[in-house]
Amino acid sequence: MKPTIALLLLSFTLLFSSFSAFQSDELLVDDEQFVTGKHPSPELDLSVSSSSSSSSSIPSRSHYPSRSADSNSDSRVQFALEHAFGDSDDFSAAGTFTARLKPNGGQGTLTKLRFTRNDLSTIEKEKFKKLLENDDFYMIRVPSNVLNPPGRDYVISSVKARCLPNDGLDEHFIIHMEGVNILAVTYGSPGACGYHRQLRLPAKWSFNSHTVLKYSEQAPRRPVFSEDIGGGEMGEDEGVKPLEKSFWSKNWMYFIPLVIIVLNAFAQAMSMPEEQASAQTQQPVGAAVRRR
Amino acid sequence: MIYCSNHDPPAPLFFLYSSQRNPATDLEQPKSNLIAMAMAIKLSLLLLFFLSSLIPTFSLFEDQVGFMDWHQRYIGKVKHAVFHTQKAGRKRVVVSTEENVIASLDLRRGEIFWRHVLGSNDVVDKIDIALGKYVITLSSEGSILRAWNLPDGQMVWESFLSGSKSSKALLTVPANLKVDLDSPIFVYGGACLYAISSIDGEILWKKDFTAEGIDVHQLLLPDGSDVVHAVGVTDLSQFDTYEINVRNGGLLKHASASFPGGISGEILPISSDKFVALDARSSILVLISMKEGQIDLQQTHVSDLIHGSSGNTVILPSKLSGIFSISTDTFIAFIKVTNEGKLDVMQKVDKMVVVSDALSLSEGEQAFALVQHGDSKIHLSVRLVHDMSSNHLKETVKMDHERGYVHKIFINNYVRTDRSHGFRALIVMEDHSLLLLQQGEIVWSRDDGLASVIAVTTSELPVEKLGVSVSKVERSLFEWLKGHMLKLKGTLMLATPDEVAAIQKIRLQSSEKSKMTRDHNGFRRLLIVLTRAGKLFALHTGDGRVVWSSLLQSLRKSDQCTDPTGLKLHQWQIPHHHALDNNPSVLVVGRCGLSLSASSAMSIVDAYTGKELHNMGPAHSTVQVISLPFSDSTEQQLHLLIDADKRAHLYPRTPEAAEIFQRESENVYWYSVEAEAGILRGYGVKSSCNLGVPNEYCFETRNLWSIVFPSESERIIATVTRKANEVVHTQAKVIADEDVMYKYVSKNILFVATVSPKASGPIGSATPDESLLVVHLVDTVTGRILHRMSHSGSQGPVHAVLSENWVVYHYFNLRAHKYEISVIEIYDQSRAENKDVLKLIVGKHNLTAPVSSYSRPEVTTRSQSYFFTHSVKAISVTSTAKGITSKHLLIGTIGDKVLALDKRFVDPRRSLNPTQAEKEEGLLPLTDALPIIPQSYITHAFKVEGLRGIETVPAKLESTTLVFAYGVDLFFTRLAPSRTYDSLTEDFNYALLLLTIVALVVAIFVTWVLSERKDLQDKWR
Repeated sequence: MKPTIALLLLSFTLLFSSFSAFQSDELLVDDEQFVTGKHPSPELDLSVSSSSSSSSSIPSRSHYPSRSADSNSDSRVQFALEHAFGDSDDFSAAGTFTARLKPNGGQGTLTKLRFTRNDLSTIEKEKFKKLLENDDFYMIRVPSNVLNPPGRDYVISSVKARCLPNDGLDEHFIIHMEGVNILAVTYGSPGACGYHRQLRLPAKWSFNSHTVLKYSEQAPRRPVFSEDIGGGEMGEDEGVKPLEKSFWSKNWMYFIPLVIIVLNAFAQAMSMPEEQASAQTQQPVGAAVRRR
Repeated sequence: MIYCSNHDPPAPLFFLYSSQRNPATDLEQPKSNLIAMAMAIKLSLLLLFFLSSLIPTFSLFEDQVGFMDWHQRYIGKVKHAVFHTQKAGRKRVVVSTEENVIASLDLRRGEIFWRHVLGSNDVVDKIDIALGKYVITLSSEGSILRAWNLPDGQMVWESFLSGSKSSKALLTVPANLKVDLDSPIFVYGGACLYAISSIDGEILWKKDFTAEGIDVHQLLLPDGSDVVHAVGVTDLSQFDTYEINVRNGGLLKHASASFPGGISGEILPISSDKFVALDARSSILVLISMKEGQIDLQQTHVSDLIHGSSGNTVILPSKLSGIFSISTDTFIAFIKVTNEGKLDVMQKVDKMVVVSDALSLSEGEQAFALVQHGDSKIHLSVRLVHDMSSNHLKETVKMDHERGYVHKIFINNYVRTDRSHGFRALIVMEDHSLLLLQQGEIVWSRDDGLASVIAVTTSELPVEKLGVSVSKVERSLFEWLKGHMLKLKGTLMLATPDEVAAIQKIRLQSSEKSKMTRDHNGFRRLLIVLTRAGKLFALHTGDGRVVWSSLLQSLRKSDQCTDPTGLKLHQWQIPHHHALDNNPSVLVVGRCGLSLSASSAMSIVDAYTGKELHNMGPAHSTVQVISLPFSDSTEQQLHLLIDADKRAHLYPRTPEAAEIFQRESENVYWYSVEAEAGILRGYGVKSSCNLGVPNEYCFETRNLWSIVFPSESERIIATVTRKANEVVHTQAKVIADEDVMYKYVSKNILFVATVSPKASGPIGSATPDESLLVVHLVDTVTGRILHRMSHSGSQGPVHAVLSENWVVYHYFNLRAHKYEISVIEIYDQSRAENKDVLKLIVGKHNLTAPVSSYSRPEVTTRSQSYFFTHSVKAISVTSTAKGITSKHLLIGTIGDKVLALDKRFVDPRRSLNPTQAEKEEGLLPLTDALPIIPQSYITHAFKVEGLRGIETVPAKLESTTLVFAYGVDLFFTRLAPSRTYDSLTEDFNYALLLLTIVALVVAIFVTWVLSERKDLQDKWR
């Protein structure tokens, strides 16, 4: 009994102490600066930005990224998205990615990726319509190095144009990065795009863009056996145990035949008295006849 | 139904492979695709248990070796040959080959006495025999000298000669070498001259030529003198000779003479003081004679000597004393050098003639051999050096034209019974086969082209037709009679040992496994292999014999095709039901040069007869060959050949094929790996080519995606795809607790491994911090990276295999100083909610929805790494007809053996303490290393020397897979990863079964009679 009371007391004191603790009123501008560890988490930043109808929101649309020097520890990086329609290989500017470059190790990594799409011009809309009609490819490209584009080569990705239209034009970027290099861009619609794509024109000609930045993850390591083995208490810190299924949910299928057999037997048992009853009803009649 | 078990009795792991393993435990891996099925399966478990307990254990016993496997030993194309026939009981020839094999062959039969494979990075430069008991080999550009015991091939000693720079490798073994510590053999390698004791390989002295800048061409040791002559060229324009004391390596004399015209090729010795060389423009012959320490140069224009000769003059390397031979465009000329230094043309012969080295006969006479190619025969003539006019010996030997031209000849002499000189010749043919000719006959032949297999495919055998059996065609009546006579002799115990062997052979041939017809189980196949020589062989899987062989005309050296190499072997026509009248055929694609842009050559070959059906001469270049999953009305597979300009060429060139392709072209994608640039690119078909002339079989392509690996941190070292013909039985994997995981099964997954550039060298060249191995799973249609994972502190070489939804790869972990095998399994999350039985019944599932690469994949991956003891040469995986049977990894280890490792050992879901349900599922407890169980070497006692690849072919019987491992040797076996659960084994007791049935029938009858009788009695009561 005593330990429980002590525990309660402790929790109460903790509760109250947390109330009375110092609360900083500092405005946390960039909480990602406090992320520790050498490697960022693989899926770094999911920012959804839909390009609005006003192109004035794009700050400075330059083809080449500029590293502004105003911020103290990290700097802004811009790189352009270019697109092409179908067979023609001439790419034109389609939008701008903006990100913060965090010095991390030798090269630095990008965080806080933002994306602004340019509006489709009327010519581009026409081209896109043509793509939709022909079920052709809509191609995009980004530089393979964000600091000095285009790097060694452009990273190209493409999708069948008919995959994109939904309400608007839905697109989904996964940018695989290694330092400041872009390895690959996975580009496509966020959902499914099965074969036999139907021709469907979008209701409004603006892009709904989802962007994800991905870094490589470390291969999971097996436990170091010399340390881990031998500890009997190891089972305790295994974390959440998988939900053990109940006896019924595991073995229900065994009972189906059993139930069928039982039902069968039951049905037979039910029909037996019936027969007997009918036999009994008939027998007295016969007897009566004989008696007669 | 029986094999769909998903519940494995929780057998203790290490009992699985012991001899007393319970057969019931191994029938597990295949998974059912629906939970509902599980019910029925569980009900059938009982039945399964009874059935499987009938199956005897699978372990291979000693007397089962050779029952379903065969092993063939080869050596490769012979480079050098040294005969050893004097006073030896066993006459033998020691050879070194282009596969870097040193072998001692029996001269009587051609069998291998012993053999050593040095490996691809230890190229044999020279071989010789010293003291009549050692084979001396110089390898690795003259840096390793070894002595092998001649009778048994044991290594006697080995010396490492550390030269300062690379140079030619020369070896001179004095003819009068004594068993004496002071009598050395001389080696030139790494710009240094060494004298090495023949007793223990100790370096007696060393003379460094680095400072002199000389490139030594010849090392001469005149008989009985104490001086070694080193003859060479400095700066390509100055002849130098050095005389060096044999005893201490001291320089005695140095002479030089400059020749402004420059030197091309080799300096060839004529005699002990005369040499001949060609100038840089191949138009002037330079005769170098040494007189009293002075060098005297004499120049003769080739055109003066041989009238009407034009360019391309080459001095042939055949060492004929007093004369030499030069080859021009049209002929070969023998030129005699007189004592005064005059050159006389003695004879001109055809250009196709092959000349041997001179062989010294008894009384100072010397002889050499010439081989001339005739129509399906070859003419061998031996001539004496001093008397060129007449043939000392002339023989005509019939030669199979499938062996091609003679490439090399080595001769040896013997004393005939009438005390005259007899000659035997060892010839190397165009197809790399080795033959011994003696007395106008082929004594033996070896198909050593099979040591350099570059591509393998299989073909079904013909269906056995009623009435006309193929075996009847094979054997004529006479053969048949002879066979019966032999058998009669054998039964009457009159047969000689040779005849007994012949009877055994006949018996083997007529036995079930080596028949030339298709069998029910699909064990009998033709393995069609393409060798480096451009020859196609068909091997029977039953006993490994060569059914036919064909030297492909398109891959032979010709004016249009100067440097042909075979590339790919694809199945071209696979006849099914309606096209069964046609024979199956294979497509061979080769290239006429070393560069990627060289034009390609193609052949289509009948798989039953080896006849070349079509032969397409030099055409566009070929970088990639893609076998499309479409076939036309005659069951010809459509193929796309991608050229260096990224154009796609369609074959077969028929309007029908073009039509099929046009229809499907929208969904045809391919990718290219630019390993040097570190870029992967994906392509699609755009339009027909625009080459001026309309060509409906050529298509322009366009780049659809690209992946650019950063050059400073990643370099591609390995790419692996799934086998195109792999069958996956089920998409679902039932795991513990009746839960289901859906495999992400896509034919378009590419596994790419990259390492940091610093770590791309050999192991040990980079520190763990510098090296990083990154693996990627890429969808090759859209260029999506499905998964990307890095192993820090690890490096290549990476060997990988991709199958179903998993990839297993092998690499080196620098931090742990161990090799590791990792596994990645990839699962489809978008189908994960299809677990509800109710939904399945109502039909609210997306299992039948078409899968498209353009849908965003929701995948999850599981991975795990395990230590592995061996380094690996090749990894493959078993494949079965329906993909139901569990898989085994086939690992070609560094010891040239093939290890079968159950895929369950590399399951990423293994955990330290598996729950009861997981144990039931057959999940093994996690260990840090993969076990290597000696019994699971499928090559058992054999070694597949120089192992390069492992091919697996499914048999028709689901449980069985055919495994063909090739390197310098060939090995074939049949493997049943979950044992032969679907057939009775050969030692099944049919008699007992029959007896039981008879007994049961009798019992039924007896009881029936008894019951009848009882009924009758009851009625009478």
